[in-house]
Amino acid sequence: MNALLELLLRSVFLDNLALSFFLGMCTFLAVSKRVDTALGVGLAVMFVQTVTVPVNNLIYIWLLAPGALGWAGFEDLDLSFLKLIAFIGVIAAMVQVLEMTLEFHVPKLHRAMGIFLPLITVNCAILGGSLFMVERSYGFAESVVFGFGTGLGWALAIVMFAAIRERLKYADIPDGLQGLGMNFIVAGIMSLGFLAFAGMG
Amino acid sequence: MQDNNWRILTRPLIDENPLTLQILGICSALAVTTSLDTALLMSFVVICVLALGSGSVSLIRNHLPHSVRIIVQITIIASLVIVVDQVLQAYAFELSKRLSVFVGLIITNCIVLGRAEGFAMHNGFVASVLDGIGNGLGYALILVIVGAIREFFGKGSLLNLQILITTSQGGAFEPLHLMLLPPSAFFIIGGIIWYVRRKRPKQVEKPEFTLRPRAEGSE
Repeated sequence: MNALLELLLRSVFLDNLALSFFLGMCTFLAVSKRVDTALGVGLAVMFVQTVTVPVNNLIYIWLLAPGALGWAGFEDLDLSFLKLIAFIGVIAAMVQVLEMTLEFHVPKLHRAMGIFLPLITVNCAILGGSLFMVERSYGFAESVVFGFGTGLGWALAIVMFAAIRERLKYADIPDGLQGLGMNFIVAGIMSLGFLAFAGMG
Repeated sequence: MQDNNWRILTRPLIDENPLTLQILGICSALAVTTSLDTALLMSFVVICVLALGSGSVSLIRNHLPHSVRIIVQITIIASLVIVVDQVLQAYAFELSKRLSVFVGLIITNCIVLGRAEGFAMHNGFVASVLDGIGNGLGYALILVIVGAIREFFGKGSLLNLQILITTSQGGAFEPLHLMLLPPSAFFIIGGIIWYVRRKRPKQVEKPEFTLRPRAEGSE
């Protein structure tokens, strides 16, 4: 239990996907103009991440890992090279399923994050999360925690970043640095802040 | 025609650089630049995938139903990336370990999909390949600058060749560890964007509103 809690804290703060691994940066910079849209994207990423990482984990363990097809009689088959195409397929399918379920059962939530859901298929934080899960060989329980933690961390980062950007509109920024340049520097300072969590481990 | 192709190739280098202007493909650019050799390898891989991906998308563009185009593009790109990944693991195992998940992440690298969707779907084969190579080179340019700065100041070396002798080896150079940590990549790219926009003021985004100058004497 303690190990799982540690993994959760680690994936939210220390290994923050956005600020320490730069995953999902394109979305991070593009849709963080306002706090409420940032919250929508953040929620959508958290949702998809929590579902796809465990699903990909099951697929990898039972179908793709070297020797995983032992239950079907193919002991020495290694399909791990297929993981990229399998994961991206799962992500695209999951996003589609999620969108339809939400539209049907929770239309309010669907309206709140509707347009961001399709965008998430090509958000590298999602694919990155699944690939990290394979690289660090997490088990099923760990992958649930890791998926939720990284999603939460990413959401946290983008909401904070959007809040700072809203205030930045009133700042007097040197010529040429306005816009994208300043965003990078702000993200850098935030990333420095998150580095301070290294002391927690 | 010759002139036009040349423009397609060189335009993405500075004027329409994918990283500093189009905000495409930033994720991988920041993560692999702790040293120059990984930055070079990553640039090479991205140029290959971009050129081949844009080329193949452009070849089938007239036979592709509009509604399934994204999924076809992603499948093409994913297959190319798998090939590249396997080749790297076979011939450059050490480097591919250091690139870790970022080779796989080229699939979701927005440059590749962005150029396939934005350019290759409407242009011929040659132009699309050139556009792919041009955008790859623009990406490579920024990666190499950032990688060189980070490795030089972070370790005192370039391409693993020690240039400044560090204090731990008995020299006078104290390595800046910050350069090897994530934040420095943000600062360096922010700085590059600042420099480019000073030189090319028309790249500056229009502010959403202008602030009224503060009235005299009121704080």
